[in-house]
Amino acid sequence: MTQARVPLSELEIDALTELLNIGVSKAATSLRDLIGTHVALSVPHLALLSREEAAKTMTEREANALVGVHQSFEGDLQGRALLIFPEAKSLELVRAVAGGDLSLEDIIALEHEALAETGNIILNNCLATMANLLKRRVKISLPKIVHGTGETIFNIGDTSEEGDSALFLYIDFLIRDRDIRGYITMLMDMPALFALRELLREFIERTSGETRAE
Amino acid sequence: MTKRVLIVDDSRLARMAVIKGLGQLRPGWTYVEAANPDEAVASMRASAADVAVIDFNMPVRDGLALAGELRELHPDLPIALLSANAQEEILNRTAQLGATFLTKPLNTAAFGAFLDTATQQ
Repeated sequence: MTQARVPLSELEIDALTELLNIGVSKAATSLRDLIGTHVALSVPHLALLSREEAAKTMTEREANALVGVHQSFEGDLQGRALLIFPEAKSLELVRAVAGGDLSLEDIIALEHEALAETGNIILNNCLATMANLLKRRVKISLPKIVHGTGETIFNIGDTSEEGDSALFLYIDFLIRDRDIRGYITMLMDMPALFALRELLREFIERTSGETRAE
Repeated sequence: MTKRVLIVDDSRLARMAVIKGLGQLRPGWTYVEAANPDEAVASMRASAADVAVIDFNMPVRDGLALAGELRELHPDLPIALLSANAQEEILNRTAQLGATFLTKPLNTAAFGAFLDTATQQ
């Protein structure tokens, strides 16, 4: 991964990674409440990649069809958050969320709604936690669902407006009892990343009690 | 009585947050930092700290695994596990190890209560 292009200092990357970690950890706690079984999380990975590279990275990790729940956020923080997992596991996730002994017909009928709801809980929780820690507000759109390859998923939205580079942050999660795994990723373009850098500097100051070196 | 705290977190910023809290609550206490479980175990073997504050989500092995190892080495060591991941299984395993669960971001009052308990030991 091309980390050298991230225009953030080591401590700023550390701060961003920790923010995502706290956000996703809180989201996992909510997801656990929803499905009643433990959700294991990886440590976060962060890289600045082009959309093409992000899609390639995802395709290398997951060769089969994917489903993504995505929400854009705007305000003091801008970008797009995605919850991605193999499409083959989509119905299993619906079963985990809806619970009970549903027929396959019911599960298929509920798929869209359950995916949107799961994505909404996880992504909102994560984004709201991050915004709170940064002492900023974000407006989060309603969840949308996309089926396809890594390429399809990373090319949603207005790509000309969002730019070609993307901050690609991801955490993978695993629901062992259900054999469901997935990724939580965040995409931000360069201007949004520079705005975020300022907020990270303030956050570091507040958290560590240290004033800026610059 | 002055005590020495072992602070384990792969995030430097998260360690800084604990150090800041410790400085406010127990200005006279000292601390030692470790960026991963191996460093923490080596540090404890070289010179045992009186209290340990451990992050949960770390690469290679998590904070609960480390807490278990430290518990074997030091049965009476006051240990706090720090995480935003408050899932029941993690809370239960923390309690089984006789450790205290502290929420991230660190809450000063909760951290103070843990340090009060640690002081009495």
